[in-house]
Parts: sequence; C-alpha cells; structure tokens
Amino acid sequence: MLEPKSFAGGLHPPEMKLTSDKAIKNLPLPDRVVLHVSQHIGAPAKPSHKITDKVSCGEVVAEAGGYVSAPIHATISGSVIAVGNFMHPFGVPSPAIVIERDPAVAEPPFTSENGLELSVAEIKKRIQDSGMVGLGGATFPTHVKLSPPDTKPIDTVILNGVECEPALTSDHRLMLEETDKVINGLQLIMKALNAKNGIIGVENNKPDAIKALDDKLKALPNITVQPLKVKYPQGGEKQLIYACLGREIPSGSLPMDVGVVVQNVASAAAIADAVNMKRPLLERIVTLAGNCVANPGNYRVRIGTTVCDFIEMTGGLKKDVPLKKVIMGGPMMGFALFDLHIPIIKGTSGVLCWDSEEAAQPHETSCLRCGSCIRACPMGLMPQKMKQLIDHRKWDKVDEIGMLDCIECGCCAYACPSALPLVQSFKLGKKNVMAERKKAPANKG
Amino acid sequence: MNTTTAALNTPAHGLLVTSSPHIYSGLTAARVMWDVNIALVPALAMAIYNFGARAALVVLASVLGAVLAEFLIQKFLMHKPVCVSDGSAVVTGILLAFCVPAALPIWVAFVGGFIAIALGKQVYGGLGQNIFNPAHVARALLLGSWPVYMTTWLKPGAAMSTGAAITDAMTCATPLGIIKTAGRDAELVKQLSESGTSLVSYVFSQLQIGFSDLFWGINFSGSLGEMSKAALLLGGLYLLIRGHITWHGPVAMCATVFVGALIFGGTLEYAAFHLLTGGLIIGAFFMITDMVTSPMTGCGQLIFGFGCGALTLLIRMKGGYPEGVCYSILIMNSLVPLIDKFTMPRKFGQVKAKEAQA
Repeated sequence: MLEPKSFAGGLHPPEMKLTSDKAIKNLPLPDRVVLHVSQHIGAPAKPSHKITDKVSCGEVVAEAGGYVSAPIHATISGSVIAVGNFMHPFGVPSPAIVIERDPAVAEPPFTSENGLELSVAEIKKRIQDSGMVGLGGATFPTHVKLSPPDTKPIDTVILNGVECEPALTSDHRLMLEETDKVINGLQLIMKALNAKNGIIGVENNKPDAIKALDDKLKALPNITVQPLKVKYPQGGEKQLIYACLGREIPSGSLPMDVGVVVQNVASAAAIADAVNMKRPLLERIVTLAGNCVANPGNYRVRIGTTVCDFIEMTGGLKKDVPLKKVIMGGPMMGFALFDLHIPIIKGTSGVLCWDSEEAAQPHETSCLRCGSCIRACPMGLMPQKMKQLIDHRKWDKVDEIGMLDCIECGCCAYACPSALPLVQSFKLGKKNVMAERKKAPANKG
Repeated sequence: MNTTTAALNTPAHGLLVTSSPHIYSGLTAARVMWDVNIALVPALAMAIYNFGARAALVVLASVLGAVLAEFLIQKFLMHKPVCVSDGSAVVTGILLAFCVPAALPIWVAFVGGFIAIALGKQVYGGLGQNIFNPAHVARALLLGSWPVYMTTWLKPGAAMSTGAAITDAMTCATPLGIIKTAGRDAELVKQLSESGTSLVSYVFSQLQIGFSDLFWGINFSGSLGEMSKAALLLGGLYLLIRGHITWHGPVAMCATVFVGALIFGGTLEYAAFHLLTGGLIIGAFFMITDMVTSPMTGCGQLIFGFGCGALTLLIRMKGGYPEGVCYSILIMNSLVPLIDKFTMPRKFGQVKAKEAQA
C-alpha cells in the first residue's frame, strides 16, 4: 500500500462518523416523489409530461435542457399529479414534476451485460441518457466531464472516496459493500476517456475500505488505492488531485487541464449500473444521522423522496428530542433546510437532524486579525481581507485577491474565534463578482 | 398550481437556517484572552516574589483602570454590549503593569490602565480595531508624563508601603541603565578597555549579579513583570502549545537582537546580555504576538519580529533611552498594514496560472 499524502492548509473537524458500521438498507418505494428539473449544474431539464400523464419508472420526465444539462427520470411508476414550482434544497422555488405512485404497476426489469465490451461512444451515450451527474454533491453532468476536447488528453482518472465531510458515511459503506461495482465503474470511466491510470483516493480513517479495494485491485495493475491523510477538505477536487499526483490546477482551470478527471465513488457505482444495465439514475445512498433520528444509518432511497417521507420510512424522529436544524449534506458544506417537504436530489449525500445542542451557534464578535482563517484556507486565500472587502462592496478588489478561487469548504468560518459568517459572506461575494465580470467582460479577458 | 402543490409546500416551524458550516472549532476570543492571562501568572508570581505586595497592588490598579475604562466606554459612550468578561482588558492591564517600575504610585498605574484601554483601544473602535499595542501606548504616555516615577527602580526585597516616600537606599539602577551610562562615560570606557574588563562584566560587578540572575529575574531591578525570563518563557511556551501564538515573531525578534548584538558588540557575552535584559522576552512573546496589532501570516510575523528586534537594538545601542522594546514595537505596529499587503499567501494554483500565460 502507498504512503498517505495530503495538501497544505485545512483542518481537523470532529469526524462524527457514527454510522460507518451501519450497512446500507434499501428503503421501500415512496408514495410520491418531487423531481426538480434543476438537480445539476447547467441548464435545467425541460418537463415533457403534463398532469395526469401516466409514467413508468425509468421514463424520462424532463429532457436535458442543453449539452451541459442532464435528463430527469421518473423514479417511481405512477401518474404526474403536479408540474410547478416547489421548494428546492437551495432555498428557492424551482420547477418540479410530482409523481404519485401506482402500486399496481411493477418496476420494469433491467438486464445486465458487460459494459467494458461496448464502444466508447456507446458507453458515453448510456451515461448521458442515464441522467448521471456527480453524486459527491457538485452535481456536474458526467457526460460533459467524460468528453474533454482532443487537445486535453486525460491520463488519470481519480475516484473520490475521501468522504472528508464529518458525519457522512454513505461512500464508505458503498466502497465496502459494492467494491466490485465501484471498480467496474472506474474501469468504464477510464475506457470512456482512454485514460491509462486509475487512482481511488480514500482517507486513512477508512482502513477497511482501503483494504477491501486493495484486495480486489491486485489483478488490476493500472488502478491503485491512494490512502490520504485525514484532513478536511481532503475530498475537495483540487486538494485531492494535488495529494494524489502533486499536480496543481491553475486558478480558474479544470482538472482536465492537468490531464485528470475526478469522479465520486458513488458516481462510479451508478455509472456501472447505467452502462451495464441501461439503468437511469433512480436512487442514491443517503446517510441519515443526528441526535433527533430514531434509526441513524445509510439508506438507499429514490431520488425525489421528500425529506419528511425519507425520515418517516427509516423509523422517524425520536419523540423526546425536539428538532432544531436539518442539514442536507454534511456539517461543513451542507444546506440548512427550512422545510422538510423538500425532496432528496441527485447530489444529496446526507440528511442530518440536529437537536438544539448540536445546532448551537457561537456568538459573533469582532475580528481579532488572528489569522486562523488564513492558516486554515486550503486555497491560500485571505478570508479576513475578503470579508472586509465584501462588507465594503469592493467587488473588483475582492476579485483580484481570489474571490472565485474560494471553494466554500468552510474551514475559515469553522476556525474563526470571532464566529464571523465568512462563508455566507463569500457566497454573496462570488455572486456579485460573477455579475461584475459579466458586466465588463472586456477587462477580464 | 393545484391543491397538492400547496399542501406539499406547507413549511415546517422553528427550524434554524444558517449558512454552512454548521459546526465550529469552539475557539473564542475570550478563551484566547483568558489563556494569555494564565500564561502571565508565572511572571506575576516572580514579580510578587521580588517586590512583595507592592507588585500585586500595581498590577491590580492597572487592571482595575483598564477594566473600568472598557466597561464605562462600552456601556455609556458606545452603547454596545459590555465585553469585559472576554478578558482582553485584563490582559492589557497586566501587560502594562508588567512594564512599569514596582515603585510607580498606585494612582499612576490606575491612570495608565485607564488610558491603555481608552486611548489605546476604544478610540479605534474596540477589540480588534486598534493599530497600536494598547499596553505600550499607555507606557509611552506614562513615560512622557511622569518620567521620574517611570524610572525609579525599586530594589527587589525593599519593603515599601503605599504613600511612604522612597529613599535612595531603596532604589537602584537597571542593568540596561548602567550599561547605557557606562557606555557614554569616555573615561570609564577607556579604563575598562585598559584593564581588559568588558562593559557587561562591569555591569555585573556593579550589581553583583550574573547571567543566571538575569535569567531567573532575581537580585536586580527592572520593570516588575519583565525581570524573570524563565517565568515569561514558561508562559510563552504555554501559548505556543495552546496554539494561540506561533514561533515566527518571537524567534525573529530574539534572534535579531542576539545576532545583531553579536555582530555590533563583538562578544557572545554582550549578545546574551541584550537577550536577557529589559523587556525583550515579554515583548517578543506577549507584545508582538498580540493578534490585533501584528501581521497575520507567518512570513509577515518574521518581518515584523525582525523589525522590532532591529529597532530595539538600535535604540539600546545608539538611542537616548536605555531600553527600546516599547518604541520599536509601536513603530512596527504602524507598518503592519504594509507588511500584510506584501506578505499575502500564495494562492493555490496562482503560480502555474502565470506560467501558463507566459
């Protein structure tokens, strides 16, 4: 096995991974799903059905809205009961298709074949048709990542099995329980990209997963498991590539510019299903955790299941612990929900139900210029300075010192002794900097 | 939108919604400040060992002045929540008391503590906003206003009750004071060089002390909290271990003074003397590591520490004052924004972007 590697900056939040020994459980089909047309980065999908239309599981209900987009499939069989604006996990109303399940209609069967024998074009087509997006949370349409221009050859595919977010364990369980599928998915991605090498990056706190993968990979010399130091955000794309290969992605560039494509391990497993079985992306594994949950664990759930249905199907909330905060995603980068009727989307890796103790917020005080944020930033930025500039609405100046390099990992705000809302400020800052750049494109070249 | 849509959109109640991240390190400004207070305890103990209850009284008066100023200004002038409990005013009060003589009248110590917070910190807008180290602002003001009080050095062990007059028998000169006066006395310098005695040995013979006394902070006089280097280093080590300060500033400042004294003084003895006298150690570990008034990056702190060390040595060797730590730090404080500007960390992906363009 290889020596563990890492990157500069970052920090060590508590791991909170209490569900890592909970095997993945398949949940029953929900009675209703809410399928948002924006579950990926890029153009929203276009709904293709009307109310009362019958749909069967796996059928496309919204066509991809462009090249950088992904189709949305019905994740249960039944009828469309609503097409309209529903609350999105990001906190805004967004168009969605609601399907009510018809218990009489059985799920269509999927037949399996060996995807590695297919042509590259066919592999890519099947991935594109399956509505596959990055399941690590970024939700970038996979087929776009797998089609780099000819001028940018890919030599290495890195599978992201780091799962550096505290509390989340879905990728860990997947690597343990579906090791073969993950590796098969990686092989398919490598074939699609004509890449020579495959690396699976796993943080050192999952020795069982590293061993499971290592055992299976003995027969495949071009794929290695790279153990990584336990440090947040080890799973950030740029940090992961730097740790595994020592390649630094230039500011504003993509992994393909340094000859690398990164995919999440959950994406790889889903890609294996999409290619081998022509099975669209219907479900994903979600970690349910937090003090308020009766049965924390890792659950395979249909995309579009509302958070309240999801929690209910797992056994509900504890009766005596009042719910204070619900987070979709991990504690460092997840979104706090204000409404439990919001559905699980393709990028939802976890749902955390916290009581008031877990959700305790420190009181904001003034900046001490202590530099904790600078030491913590894995991107080498100056969060304190950026916040100052954003507070004064100096968008051009904050752009100059690297606003758009911020990956919103939350290290700065986690480390800040004054509890400044740094990430919140940077989300605002990035939005405004991008708007300013659009206004004056000539200046930025 | 039909009825189903409306039903699904019914919001839940009372959920807390905030931006990520949702967890925090638990480190707070108050915890940092109280840790600094803890780190100052060994030096306080040594001050009380040297000067008895008098040292405790001066410290108490200074802390009271500082805390009172913080409270009054926050409550009645700024109409802000009172943050006395965060311990930062207490730190300022103790640090100021540590760099004044033990014989300082109690009311002067109180005034000093008050102006440290009022003119050193609150005029700028409070915690985190001040440009200069508040304790040193107050010390500089006290030295300008009451120069005699500020340079009357009580002999260790000389009992002194409040209000009683100080007699010459109760006072003595500081090592830095003696070396300054001796260095200016051409006749004495000539005599010493003829007899082959170094300036440092002359100082030691005058005070009947050695290097170990300087290190432990006993048998000579100085500002009440600056004397015991051992106690201050212990406190500094505590802050380093707790992660509240980094090695950059302290090491840069001490090394600059030591190496500078070695080069310009010529002997190891002379360099060690400068390292172990005056306020260098307290300055290096407690003053220039003040987060608010020092650069934010390690590289910036190295430059800052170097500047403080160089100016200290310049004032000690060529200036009018025997000691230069206070003024050198104040001067360097004013350069912090500039240092910060030129020591921005390298962004991830920055250099390669330039290479790619070239």
